Amino acid sequence: MVCITGCKKAHNITFILEPFKYKDTTIMTIETLNARRLLCPLPVIRTQDKVKQLNVGDRLEVICTDPGVMQDIPAWCRINGHKVIEATAGNHEYILLIEVGSS
Amino acid sequence: MSKQRKAIALISGGLDSMLAAKTIMEQGVHVEGINFFTGFCVEGHTHAIREKDKAKPKRNNSLWVAEQLGMKLHIVDVIEEYKNVLINPKHGYGAHMNPCLDCKIFMVNKAKQWIVENDFDFIITGEVIGQRPMSQRKATMPIVAKESGADDLLLRPLCAKNLPATLPEREGWVDREKLHDITGRSRKPQIAMAEQFGFDDYSQPAGGCCFLTDKSYSAKLVDLWKSQGHKEYQLDDVMLLKVGRHIRPQPNFKLIVAREEGEGRFLQGYKNEFISMISLSHRGPLALIDGTPSAEDLYLAAQITARFGQGREAEQVDINVTMIDGSERTLQVKPIKDEDMPKAWYV
Repeated sequence: MVCITGCKKAHNITFILEPFKYKDTTIMTIETLNARRLLCPLPVIRTQDKVKQLNVGDRLEVICTDPGVMQDIPAWCRINGHKVIEATAGNHEYILLIEVGSS
Repeated sequence: MSKQRKAIALISGGLDSMLAAKTIMEQGVHVEGINFFTGFCVEGHTHAIREKDKAKPKRNNSLWVAEQLGMKLHIVDVIEEYKNVLINPKHGYGAHMNPCLDCKIFMVNKAKQWIVENDFDFIITGEVIGQRPMSQRKATMPIVAKESGADDLLLRPLCAKNLPATLPEREGWVDREKLHDITGRSRKPQIAMAEQFGFDDYSQPAGGCCFLTDKSYSAKLVDLWKSQGHKEYQLDDVMLLKVGRHIRPQPNFKLIVAREEGEGRFLQGYKNEFISMISLSHRGPLALIDGTPSAEDLYLAAQITARFGQGREAEQVDINVTMIDGSERTLQVKPIKDEDMPKAWYV
């Protein structure tokens, strides 16, 4: 197994994934939002509504098929104080991982 | 120290609302934006669907404006509530199916509800007297304020000096002297103001961002209503009006024929809800059949589907027909000739 820390070494150990503790008090959750087939701005609206239910530090993975989300969701995050951790595209799908900010 | 006042600005993504919000921000008021999605603000949808448009990424102008101004933007889904505005507009339609005055009243009313719920003080719009023939006239300004329930909490910074003072002006929350007196359809004052603020990139869509001001789109909507015998609609109905060629050979059914690969992929997502057709023997587009076609109608639909593929000149084209229940069969048809397709069939 290649180390998930990115050190590129093989370790003979098993990683046990536990909920990540954010700021020692809040347990970070990762939720997924299926926004496939929705056209902008609906993926942004669904993201906005979902983020309202989450806490600071939580992460939301949004899966879309409208390429416009690659502009619109990062723009929405910038003006509302959230952070896009990762944005990937492939096979006609666009996936954004958002970390909820404090705004 | 006086309390900092808070305003919500209706942001369409165009220049006027951008300037209106900026004018009030310059006076030290905390301004946030609000944008309503009716289902017809489909500026980006064709772009999202069609393959040929994908090389030039398209921004959402309301988000872009908010970012330029450094303010938050709340995008609100009003699809369901908007149906009543479109179906029963008290003040009627404009040149096409655009109920602009009712729409403005509706949106200002929603903004009024929002400021009450969020403890904001007043509402800003980018309206200019004489800018639009239906919704932005001197006579309609008080109608919007009154019927929306916003009354004098509604401030139009771009033409405020031509209107009676509103509460924010009378109370000194904003300085009336620093507001504007723009009238008419000329864009010169707005362009000059944009230069003053340092905005060199902004959107000026001719009919706003609303497809209901589009003649072709409105014709498809009227056809939909006429064919189903009522004006109710779902979001998917109005989305599909923007995609493909719409061909109605008979009152009881129409075809939606993809014009290119991106549209075909989009229509593919609706295959479980419609009868669909595609050529097996030649390359050709996906077609959805909407309505209640008879067996004879399906044969005609297959001939039309064949006409839009590479087999259009062939003696025979094999068309796969998939029914809504998933059952399939193949129809062998001779493609219909152009001269046998009256222009009136094209919606």
